[in-house]
Amino acid sequence: MKGTEIIKNGLLKENPTFVQLLGMCPTLAVTTSLKNGLGMGLSATAVLIASNVIISLLRKLIPDKIRIAAYIVIIATAVTLIQMALNAYLPDLAESLGIFIPLIVVNCIILARAESFASKNPVGKSALDGLGMGLGFTGALCIISVIREFFGAGTIWGIELYGNVIKPASIVILAPGGFIVLGLIIGAINAIVGKVGEKK
Amino acid sequence: MIKEIISILIAALLTENFVMVKFYGICPFLGVSKKVETAVGMGMAVTFVMAIASMFTWLVNHFLLERFGLEYLQTIAFILIIAGLVQFVEMFVKKSLPALYNALGIYLPLITTNCAVLGVTLLNVQNGYGFIMSFLYGTFAALGFTLAIVLMAGIREFLDENSVVRSFRGFPIALITAGLMAVAFMGFSGFSI
Repeated sequence: MKGTEIIKNGLLKENPTFVQLLGMCPTLAVTTSLKNGLGMGLSATAVLIASNVIISLLRKLIPDKIRIAAYIVIIATAVTLIQMALNAYLPDLAESLGIFIPLIVVNCIILARAESFASKNPVGKSALDGLGMGLGFTGALCIISVIREFFGAGTIWGIELYGNVIKPASIVILAPGGFIVLGLIIGAINAIVGKVGEKK
Repeated sequence: MIKEIISILIAALLTENFVMVKFYGICPFLGVSKKVETAVGMGMAVTFVMAIASMFTWLVNHFLLERFGLEYLQTIAFILIIAGLVQFVEMFVKKSLPALYNALGIYLPLITTNCAVLGVTLLNVQNGYGFIMSFLYGTFAALGFTLAIVLMAGIREFLDENSVVRSFRGFPIALITAGLMAVAFMGFSGFSI
């Protein structure tokens, strides 16, 4: 697989949020504004690249039986570093993402990539895979948060758009809006791509 | 004290329900909510892990990390404690409840990556709860998770018998159902004693 293909794979074909349906908690919780969505996406991307690179480097040293525990420790270390960096350089973002920064540790996307890609592929490819998947996650978060911020707060990136004329529907940025907007987006993608949802 | 406990119970179950309001533990909530029985089993396993994890992490945080100024290791230490506990629960369920073990499948080891568990341990620290309060908050929050997942499973069992637009079958309709449930939970907001 070529580099561009690996990135395209993460961005579109196997998009972690819309296709693989992984990492739903941050997807729903932080997409109340584009700033938060982008911040969470990029933080997760940084963790994903770091953990993929380290795990790929150590893939021949980590014994098979304790690999999951080893991966979790590596991921948690990367998350702790990002958390410190955010607290130091972007305290506003760190405050609004709050507990969801340490919770990147338990974002299934990162563990899934470690297990299914980084543990089997060389460093360069793993880094690209981390970048692709991370950007796919970031892109998905941005799409959801633009929709939610536009309808729920009447703003995009904090810029007032129509709030003076029509009152925005604040339920869209509250908890129910998160579930419903994501459900509608995935349903719409299924309809466009022609992928039929599981018969249930 | 009693009043405080009851108000935490109400918050954890209804007004600040872990799944419906705070978005912790969405993966198992959507993944294991197809049958009521499995949902109850999952809820009980998660409740056990969250209650014990709340106590263990409080002890480790109070007697090790805070004492030696190592608070920055909280995330790593807590996730390791949780992973150990889940391993223990997995062995126990596999041996004594094989039917439940098969029904939960991959979601049993994945309790480690259930953000409700790590979330509650970090919230305990953030809220400055003591040993007993941490244990109670962990238990109550897990009961809130159980309530949400069992209700969801009840709805989805009926959903199976309805015809849904093709592209919305499965995950999308489950999300929209969850959204409508969240509206109901919002109705409790402001309820306190």
